[in-house]
Amino acid sequence: MYIYDQYDQKLVDERVEQYRDQTKRYLDGKISEEEFLPLRLQNGLYVQRLAPMLRIAVPYGLMSSNQVRKIAAIARKFDKGYVHFTTRQNIQLNWPRLEEVPDILAELASVQMHAIQTSGNCIRNTTTDQFAGVAADEIEDPRPWCEIIRQWSTIHPEFAFLPRKFKIAVCGSEEDRAAFLLHDIGIQLVKNKAGETGFHVFVGGGLGRTPVIASSIKQFLPKQHLLTYLDAVLRVYNRYGNRNNKYKARIKILVKAWTPAVFAERVETEWAQILARDVDGVAQLTEHEIERVKTFFPLPEYQAVNETVANAALQAQAADSLAFARWLERNVRDQKQPGYSAVTLSLKPAGVAPGDVTDGQLESIANLADQFSNGELRTTHNQNIVIADVPKSQLFEFWQLAKADGLATPTIGTINDMICCPGGDYCSLANAKSIPVAEAIQRRFEDLDYVYDLGDLELNISGCMNACGHHHIGHIGILGVDKKGQEWYQIQLGGSANKNAALAKVLGPSLSRDEVVDGIEKLLHVYVENRLEGEAFLGTYQRIGMDKFKERVYAKDA
Amino acid sequence: MQKMLSHGTVVENDWTVLQMPVESVPQGNILLPLKYWLENGAEFDQQPGLVGVWLDSDEEVEALADDLPQLPVVALNFPKFADGRGFSSARLLRDRFDYRGEIRAIGNVIQDQLFMLQRCGFSQFCLADDVDLEAAAKSLNDFSDGYQTAADQAQPLFKRLRG
Repeated sequence: MYIYDQYDQKLVDERVEQYRDQTKRYLDGKISEEEFLPLRLQNGLYVQRLAPMLRIAVPYGLMSSNQVRKIAAIARKFDKGYVHFTTRQNIQLNWPRLEEVPDILAELASVQMHAIQTSGNCIRNTTTDQFAGVAADEIEDPRPWCEIIRQWSTIHPEFAFLPRKFKIAVCGSEEDRAAFLLHDIGIQLVKNKAGETGFHVFVGGGLGRTPVIASSIKQFLPKQHLLTYLDAVLRVYNRYGNRNNKYKARIKILVKAWTPAVFAERVETEWAQILARDVDGVAQLTEHEIERVKTFFPLPEYQAVNETVANAALQAQAADSLAFARWLERNVRDQKQPGYSAVTLSLKPAGVAPGDVTDGQLESIANLADQFSNGELRTTHNQNIVIADVPKSQLFEFWQLAKADGLATPTIGTINDMICCPGGDYCSLANAKSIPVAEAIQRRFEDLDYVYDLGDLELNISGCMNACGHHHIGHIGILGVDKKGQEWYQIQLGGSANKNAALAKVLGPSLSRDEVVDGIEKLLHVYVENRLEGEAFLGTYQRIGMDKFKERVYAKDA
Repeated sequence: MQKMLSHGTVVENDWTVLQMPVESVPQGNILLPLKYWLENGAEFDQQPGLVGVWLDSDEEVEALADDLPQLPVVALNFPKFADGRGFSSARLLRDRFDYRGEIRAIGNVIQDQLFMLQRCGFSQFCLADDVDLEAAAKSLNDFSDGYQTAADQAQPLFKRLRG
């Protein structure tokens, strides 16, 4: 993974001191509440329902085992011994003390981590595929590009006070695992006919109150121009994005108002002027720099493994243990390197808020990464953790250890692997609780045979229309709404975050908390009754439409 | 006399910022609103003091393109400090129009923005009256370097370090 040089380290250290001074001036009454708000947000600090919440950046989801151990230590020392993994691959502390945040940031800086721009109206953490580097369908490893974007966006002097938050995702593979079309900028790595790497650039995607799928504005951006082009997009947005109404301030609204074609033209004009100014091309990315960053993402030295023999050995182990077989089926994925697997550690056991882990579990995760991989792990936008490059011959041992620490719930990609925001239990924006709904669903569908029979099913829960739980792109989406002080839940169907991204449609009137799980169960019955051989929930919905689902859920009991 | 930061030091601010509608023009150095300047700029040839122009955050610096060589100061107003349009305006003044006069930040500008404002091309800063400017000035150096190209640096860090 990327290792800081003295410049990277100095910048993060200086940011800690800047924030320490800001906190001191705030506590001394020299900075008003209003002024302190964006300053603390740009360092990831929210003030929430019960306590402040600190969001720590995990650039493109990649962490070392040492960093994970540091997070565990911070959770113990400064918080209540657990942390939360978010849908943007970051980490949240739920109970830090405002006065201690500068000390937490200093601890983070000691392991090359920070909370810079994890909130506020600025460029946020760039996200990508959790299987980067090992996915069979990869065009190119997206992580070096994410790191180049990370550096460009960090303390960018022109774009710290944008109309609204700004999120960038990079997709380097055929299948999209980064929901990149639902970002303010979605960057897809492509190759031209000459085999050169470039970028297909999309803008204006996003969830929130007005979900939109991003539009293509540039089919092939040559790689050396990545940063100048991003400057052009951000400058157009910074100058012309809506600043009067925060609900109309995201770039998607500007792109829609102007049309993608006009927006693209404005960016081209701005970009042409930036390039004209840069006569010697000094602002362009150099081959040397691209190669330098790439050297930080080497693939491990893989041993030559006979895949057939390795698979036969695994099957023999699976035949002896149904639990191991289930875990293999759902939580383990082949890599492009024969003989190795990418394992997803589930952070979704029933009874725990999805994405929450304890300090002890964090240390176990770090140990697993050291023992079975190269000491690195990846956070996922589905709020789980991936450890790649695990030799197939060691999977059984891996599984036993992960299981002992409650990290091997064999439900990845099923209904019980839901994405879920912190909701009304923690978040001051929420209209309704989301964690108890997730738990109620997991309790109802405890029968793993039934869960497996349901197959691939993405269920996403958001406690309000800000959509942190990505309800618009769940095959089944649940949105918490407030009706006269009561918590209600709107059900949506048919969302999808892959390359054929689709936004879910509303099923019908909202259900009460008591009715939600029954409603979900009825939806599943309709699916099971109507599916074709091998057809997943989303496919059945797309084929038969909304009506049958709707009729069943809202049928009056006879 | 009010003070401001200019090139890192505290100086007297003897400029008057005029608002629309402009009814009378005082003696001394003045900053005219963009609209007024565009309509009446020619009348100020013989003004004894210095004449600059200020733009609000929703006004485009392109409107001043032809006038820049004669302006010693262009001020950019921040109606709210979180309104970041002035950052782009300053960069355009420096990078696109090669403006070499003073770019002054006026309005609701705060200490914690100084480093970034300076990188975007601002040279002068009018902070709130109760701010200790000497103390605030240290935020001009909150960071010792930056990754990006900006008005103060045509080359990104990687280029400077590694060619």
